[in-house]
Amino acid sequence: MKHGNSVYWKLFTSTFQLSAFTFGGGFVIVPLMKKKFVDKLKWINEQEILDITAIAQSSPGSIAVNAAILLGYRMAGIPGALVTILGTVLPPLTIISIISLFYTAFRDNIVVNAILKGMQAGIAAVIMDISLTMGGSILLAKRLLPVIMMIGAFIANYFFRISVVYIILICGVLGAGSMIYEHKDRGR
Amino acid sequence: MIYLKLLWSFIQIGLFSIGGGYATLPLIQNQVVVLNKWLTLTEFADLITIAEMTPGPIAINSATFVGIRIAGLPGALVATFGCVLPSVIIVLTLAYIYGKYKNLVIVQGVLSGLRPAVVAFITSAGISLFTLALWGEDFTASGIGGVNPVAVFLFVLALFILRKYKLNPLIVMFGTGIAGMIVYLV
Repeated sequence: MKHGNSVYWKLFTSTFQLSAFTFGGGFVIVPLMKKKFVDKLKWINEQEILDITAIAQSSPGSIAVNAAILLGYRMAGIPGALVTILGTVLPPLTIISIISLFYTAFRDNIVVNAILKGMQAGIAAVIMDISLTMGGSILLAKRLLPVIMMIGAFIANYFFRISVVYIILICGVLGAGSMIYEHKDRGR
Repeated sequence: MIYLKLLWSFIQIGLFSIGGGYATLPLIQNQVVVLNKWLTLTEFADLITIAEMTPGPIAINSATFVGIRIAGLPGALVATFGCVLPSVIIVLTLAYIYGKYKNLVIVQGVLSGLRPAVVAFITSAGISLFTLALWGEDFTASGIGGVNPVAVFLFVLALFILRKYKLNPLIVMFGTGIAGMIVYLV
């Protein structure tokens, strides 16, 4: 764990910045976290991002808040988690508080709507980029089970709209089962 | 007391919203419109629109919006606090367990199973956003021909820049927003 005020400050500013830009749902946080904490600060690796996202997705509450808590705790314990929660909650809290004063004007503003319409394409590209990168690394690992699970989970989620809760449970059990089986094999 | 009511309502929303995002909406509607009558159905629809137009999780946006309308800024703070509280307790416990036991075979196994699933969820969200950006809300109604050429151009350009130059995603999102403002308004 890293300590010192600079870590807290960096955690706060990073999560604040991330939260201020999580348009288009919680998963946008994944590419933003990867860029900031894996590529730039090198605090965690790509696999940990997936672990954090998996735990955040499986827990109650929003992905962005849960991921921030996990990241803060990982870097600086409970104080770190409190700092990242604050950083994540403040932008929406401030923005909605201000907008609620004149929300009909904001909703119908043509400039705001044009910016958001343009951003949709950018957000789609950002998410597709991270899914190409991460999906690619699973394909390149050339292990059959993860590839089948990835494709199966995608079909179940996208085409059949099966709740993520069930998919997570099934994949967790399959993963644990295969890992235990492999270890038994090796032990022999 | 209104603060306690807000707190309790949003603790329930925070606690039972597994899966995040739009899965939370029926839950919020039940608490805010049906049970407590804090918002009318029209105001609730407005809230969803505003939440889509602003950054941040939908549950936090709702907590702030409802709180501030019912009991001003203290109301917003109380509702947001309630919304986050269950996450804090549950996720901190999981973070502790993950930190302590992540090297155990069984925990490694579970996580190795969850990673491909998470990539699948991200891809699924990505394709939904892709069709929304390029075809709008009624993708099936408009068909392939109903594609928005400006959005196609922005998408391809953004993806190219991300893959080739590894530019910060924030800059790419911001850039397409500015481009959208120029193209759609002029």
